[in-house]
Amino acid sequence: MQTWKKLALVVGSVALLIGAMQVFAYEDDEEGEEHEGSEHSSYHAGSMQGVRASNATWKAECSACHMAYPPGLLPASSWQAMMGSLDKHFGTDASLDETALKEILPFLEANAAPEPKKAIAEPVLRITETSWFKRQHDEISSATWKNPKIKSASNCIACHSQAEQGSFDEDSVRIPR
Amino acid sequence: MSKITRITQALACVLTLLTTTVHAETPQDFLTTFQTAAKAADANFQGFSVTRGEQFFKTTHGNDWSCSSCHTSNPATVGKHASTGKAIDPLAPAANPERFTSTRKVDKWFKRNCNDVLSRECTALEKGDILTFLMAIK
Repeated sequence: MQTWKKLALVVGSVALLIGAMQVFAYEDDEEGEEHEGSEHSSYHAGSMQGVRASNATWKAECSACHMAYPPGLLPASSWQAMMGSLDKHFGTDASLDETALKEILPFLEANAAPEPKKAIAEPVLRITETSWFKRQHDEISSATWKNPKIKSASNCIACHSQAEQGSFDEDSVRIPR
Repeated sequence: MSKITRITQALACVLTLLTTTVHAETPQDFLTTFQTAAKAADANFQGFSVTRGEQFFKTTHGNDWSCSSCHTSNPATVGKHASTGKAIDPLAPAANPERFTSTRKVDKWFKRNCNDVLSRECTALEKGDILTFLMAIK
């Protein structure tokens, strides 16, 4: 082989390698480091399916300001309404670019809770306002909710120690005193 | 064409390819971009200011939150989201080398946070002042 051909080959390989490294670095950067399995929780039928589902972009983007709430906690109609109004997201601008939205919304839809049986005018956006959430937490006193260690009903992890791993099992519940 | 010319051309091609595909940027790159935009917006642009950036960062602009509501008045320390309480990694590049290294992230957060703090986008002058203040923190 001619010298310049060899040189070109080496240079080409190095360029490819660096290119590949950049692609990996980019993915790591944008999608976070946690990669969890997508197995479904079996302890609670119906609406709890999709609680353990995970997607790297969803995790990275949705956990920037709060816990990445699992797709199985709201029906698809709610997620669609929420993803369509991210510029006014509970009082803040949480807008995402099209690339991120195109990955996150289908993931949420595919793992969403069943639609409510009774037709409702507006999709519920707050998980804590779903009838399912209220039913599951009806034994929690108002004094407990006001505990500064809990601060808000949206703060799952205050009591559900495994919430960020997609587990809301009663065995892992520790209500702070 | 001589061998040397061909090799030089091949190397030039690879270098061009590399520089155009490099993803990671530096805080200085963003400062340069903001500077160009600030000059274009105002012919009398005199440069960015640490003092102005600090002032902007720590005061409110008509809404409840300032930048420091979440990033604290010392952006070299861990911040806390003003409504959710979630920890926010330090914003000053000296304390967190990941900051200001991705255009996608920088654009995303300036858009969101300026909207929250000012109900509008930030100007290039404001962005440059903020970054100058952040880069001055050691």
